[in-house]
Amino acid sequence: MWYSHRNMAQTKLDLLKGTLDVMVLQTLATMGSLHGYGIARRIEQTSGDQILLNQGTIYASLVRLQHRGWISAEWGTSDNNRKAKFYSITRRGRKQLDADAAYWRRLANVMGRVLAAAHGGRNP
Amino acid sequence: MTIREAFSRLRSFFGQGRIDQDLDAELAAHIELAVEENLKRGMPADEARRNALLQFGGVQMAKELHRESRGLPAFDSILLDLRYTFRQLRRDSGFTTFAILIVGLGIGASSTVFSVVNTLLIRPLPFREPERLVWISNHDETSGLSGQTTQVGHFVDLREQNRSFDDIAAYFAFYGVGDNKLTGDGEPERLSGVPVSGNFFQLLGIQPELGRLFTAEECKWNGPKAVLLSHGLWVRRFASDRGIVGRALTLNDEPVTVVGVLPASFDFASVFAPGSHMDLYFPFPLTAETNRWGNTLAIIGRLKPGVALKTAQAESTILSGQFTREHNRDRNDFAARLSFLSEHVSGRIRPALFVLACAVGVVMLIVCANLSNLLLARTAARQKEIAIRTALGAGRGRLIRQMLTESVVLSGCAAVFALILAVAGTSGLSRLDAFAIPLLQNVRTDATALAFTLLVALLTGLIFGLMPALSTPAAALHDALKDTSRSSTAGKSRAWIRSALVVSEVAFACVLLVGAGLLIRSFLRVLDVNMGFRPERAATVRVDPGPQYSTQAQQNVYFDEVLRRVRDVPGILSAGLTDALPLGRNRSWGVTAKGHTYEAGQYPDAFVRVVSDGYVAAMGIPLREGRDLSVRDTPSTEQVMLVNETMARTLWPGENAIGQILRADRDRRVVGIVADVRHLALERGAGLEMYLPIRQCPDRSSADLVVRTTLPPAELASAVRIALKPIEPNLPGKDFRTLQQLVDKAVSPRRFVVLLLGGFALFAVILASLGIYGVISYSVNQRTQEIGIRMALGASAGDLQLRIVMQTLRLAAIGMLLGVVASWALARALTGLLFGVTPADPVTFIGMMILLTVVAATAGYLPARRASRIDPTVALRVN
Repeated sequence: MWYSHRNMAQTKLDLLKGTLDVMVLQTLATMGSLHGYGIARRIEQTSGDQILLNQGTIYASLVRLQHRGWISAEWGTSDNNRKAKFYSITRRGRKQLDADAAYWRRLANVMGRVLAAAHGGRNP
Repeated sequence: MTIREAFSRLRSFFGQGRIDQDLDAELAAHIELAVEENLKRGMPADEARRNALLQFGGVQMAKELHRESRGLPAFDSILLDLRYTFRQLRRDSGFTTFAILIVGLGIGASSTVFSVVNTLLIRPLPFREPERLVWISNHDETSGLSGQTTQVGHFVDLREQNRSFDDIAAYFAFYGVGDNKLTGDGEPERLSGVPVSGNFFQLLGIQPELGRLFTAEECKWNGPKAVLLSHGLWVRRFASDRGIVGRALTLNDEPVTVVGVLPASFDFASVFAPGSHMDLYFPFPLTAETNRWGNTLAIIGRLKPGVALKTAQAESTILSGQFTREHNRDRNDFAARLSFLSEHVSGRIRPALFVLACAVGVVMLIVCANLSNLLLARTAARQKEIAIRTALGAGRGRLIRQMLTESVVLSGCAAVFALILAVAGTSGLSRLDAFAIPLLQNVRTDATALAFTLLVALLTGLIFGLMPALSTPAAALHDALKDTSRSSTAGKSRAWIRSALVVSEVAFACVLLVGAGLLIRSFLRVLDVNMGFRPERAATVRVDPGPQYSTQAQQNVYFDEVLRRVRDVPGILSAGLTDALPLGRNRSWGVTAKGHTYEAGQYPDAFVRVVSDGYVAAMGIPLREGRDLSVRDTPSTEQVMLVNETMARTLWPGENAIGQILRADRDRRVVGIVADVRHLALERGAGLEMYLPIRQCPDRSSADLVVRTTLPPAELASAVRIALKPIEPNLPGKDFRTLQQLVDKAVSPRRFVVLLLGGFALFAVILASLGIYGVISYSVNQRTQEIGIRMALGASAGDLQLRIVMQTLRLAAIGMLLGVVASWALARALTGLLFGVTPADPVTFIGMMILLTVVAATAGYLPARRASRIDPTVALRVN
C-alpha cells in the first residue's frame, strides 16, 4: 500500500510499507487513549515533521489494527468537549508492538552497518 | 490473513452503510479538531480550515483506503460490476431479452438432451450392481424373437453347469400386450403380464414393496396361481390398498392370488419392452412341459465378481454347443451370445443419441457465435462509454472483467430460463409412452443435469463474452472521445471478426440442416415404404376365446360366431383374426418343402401367423395368386396354408408354389401366395412368412380381431362391442387400437430423433439469419456516409441493394462452402440411421443450399432496402 505523494515536497520521507502501523501502535502505547487526529499530530511531532503523512491515511491503518485485535476503539469526548473516537492499545497489541519494535531495531541496525561498510569501501 | 481478521472483514463487508456513517462522523471530528488547533495557533478562520484539509489529504481517498482495508475489496468490485451490469442490461432491455431467449433456448435444449443421454447411456440401469448384468441371447440377433430366445432345457442346464455367473434368470419373451383380462370389481380391463423365472427379481436386486416374491411351490407346473402387481397398477386400479396382498383376482376367468406389489422404481417395460407398460408378473415354471414350447426365454445373467464378459462368453459358447449336440433331437439349437445388459438396452439408440448430442453442441456453438456478435455490436456502440471509463482510470483488465461479468450474468439469467425449459422438456419426454425408446420414462432433470446446465451456462458466458472483451481496444481512447469516429483500423478488425462469426454460424447451420435433412428424408422414405398392408381405416381388438371354449371344435364355433357377428355390423368391410399383428410379437418355425433335401441346421425359418379367412383382406394384404383361407378349412379337411412371395420364391425357385406341400407343424398344401409384409420393422425386409388357418392350428396364444371399416374409431368400438355382447360380454372398451397406431409406435424412435434434430436445425437457421441480418445492418449503419456519397454521385437504389445483398451472399457462400465440406465428412456418421438415402444425398445438399441462400438473401435484403432509402443530404450532414 502506498501512503504518500512523491510529487510533493521531496525533502520529506516516504513511509515504508508497514511502518505506519508500528508508529500508531507505539503512539498509543506511550500516550494511552487517543483520537485519530491526536495520533496523526503526535506522529508528526515525534518525527520532527520529517515524514510526509496524509492524515487521512491513518484511518485505514486504524481499522486494520482493529480487525487484527491489536487496538480497540470507543466514542468519547475530547478535552475541548468534542465527540471523537478514541483508540487504545490492547494486550495483544502490546505484544505485537514488542515484536515489531525488535524487528525494526534490528533492521535499522543492519541497514546502518551495511551503509557504513559501503561508505568505508568507497574511501580507502 | 488470520481467521479473526477474515471474520472481521466479512462482518464489515455486510455492515457497509453503518460503518461508512461512523467513519464520516470520525473524519468530520478530525477536521474540526484540526481547525480548532489551528485557530488556537492564531490562524484566521478560513486559513485554519484550508490548512486542516490540506494536512488531512484527500477525504475520498481516505475513505477508499479505509474500505479497502476493512472489507473484501475483490467482492466489493464484483458487487459493483454486478450492479453496473444489471443497470446496463435493464437499460438495453431489448438486447437483454433477446440474448436470454436464445441462450436459454440453447442451454435448455442442451440440458434436455443431456438428461436423455445421461439416463440412457451414462446412468447405470436401475438395478443392483447393474454393471455385472448380462443379456444372454440365442444365435440369431437379426431375425424374430424365436431366433433370439432359448429353450427352457438349455436354460436349466446352463444355470446348473456354468461357473461364470452368480445366477441366471429369465422371462417368457412371448407374452403379449393385454394377454390378461381382469374382470370383477369394476370395468373389465386387459392387462399386460410377463411370466418370469422364480429368481428373476432376486437377480436384479428388486425387493417387493408389499408382500413377497414367488415361492418355489408357485414356480412349479400347475402350482398355486400367484401374481405380483406393478406399482402403477396397484395405485391406479386398487387405490394403493395395502390389503390387496393375499386377495384373489379374476384373471382370464380364473382366480389368481396377489402375493405382493413391486416398487415404483422397478419398471420392466422401460428396460425390456420400451414403449409399453407392464402390469402383472407371473411365475414361469421351468419344467419339461414348458421346455416343449420351444424357444421361449429371454435370459439375463449376473456375472460373478471379477469375471470378464469374454470369459463368460467363452464358457457359454462351449456349454451351449455341448447342450445342442447332446440334445440335437429334442431341443432347438442354442448358441449363447452375451452382451452387457446396458448395451442391449440402449445399444440401438446410441448412434441416434450421439447425433443428437453433437447437434445440440453445434447449436450451442451457433448461440455463442450469435451472442458474441451481438456483444461486439454493443461494444462498438459503447466505445465512448468505455473510453470515458478508461480515461477515469479503469485498467484494461478491469474492463475485460466488467465485460465478462456482463456476459456471465446474461448466461446465468439464461440458465434460469433454460432450467425451466429443461424441466418441462424432460417431464414432457418422460410422459411420451408412445415412443418406443428404452428408459425414456426415467428421464428427468436431476442434480447431474443441473450441474451440467450451470457449467454450460458459465462456459457459454465466458466464451461469448471473451471475444468482445478481448477486442476492447487498449488505447483507442483519443479516437473514441473525439466525436468523429470514422472507420478506424480497430473497426476494420472488428468487422472482420464479425464476418468470421457469421460465416461460422452459416457453416454450423449447414451441418445441422444436412443432418436433419438426411434424417427427414429417411423418415419419409420409411413412411413411404410398402409395408405390405394398408394401415389406414383398419383397427384391431383382442377377442381371445374364454376358458368355457376349451376344445378346438368349441373355439372354432366361437371364431365363426365372432366373424359372422362383426361382419354383419354396417360399415365393416371385412374382418379376420390373427395371433400376430405386424410390428408386434413374432415367432418362427423351421420348415421344409416336400421333395427338397436340406442339410442339418440349414432348414429355412419361417415366421408363423395363425389367421382366419378374411384376415388378409382386412389388413389390406394383396393376394397375389391362388385363394384366401376359407371357413371350410377345418381340422377335418385338407391342411392348407398361405405363403408370402419371398417364401414362395425362396423355397420353390422357378416353380409354382401353389399346390406344393410344406412341412411346418404338419404337412400343409400351399393354396395361396400373398404380398410380403414388413412385420419386424418398417426398415427391414419381410423374410419368409406363412399363414396357417386358425381353425386347423390350435398352437397360438392370442386372437386379435382386425376389421377394415368406414366407421370412425369411436363408433367402431361401440358397434363391435354391441355386436359381440351375446358371446363376449366383457370386451374391454379401451382396447381398440388402429393399425396406424401400431405403425406410429414402430417409427417413434425415428420420429423422436427427426423431431429433435429438425427443431435444432430450424433454431440454427433462425439464429444464422439473425446473425447475418445483424452484421449487414451494422455495416450499413457504419457506412451511412459512404452510401450517402455514392448516392450523391448518382448510384441508384437498385445498385446499392445489389451491392449489399451480394456482400451478404458472399458471406453465406463462404459459410456454405465450409459447411458442405464439414457435412459431407460428418454425414458418414449418420449412415446407420439413414434409410433409402445415401449420406451424400444430392437432394438434401442442394435443398439445404437453396434454403440457406434464400434465408441469407432475405436477411441481407432488409438492411439493403433501408440503406437505399438513405437521404444523401442527411447522410452527409451526419458528423
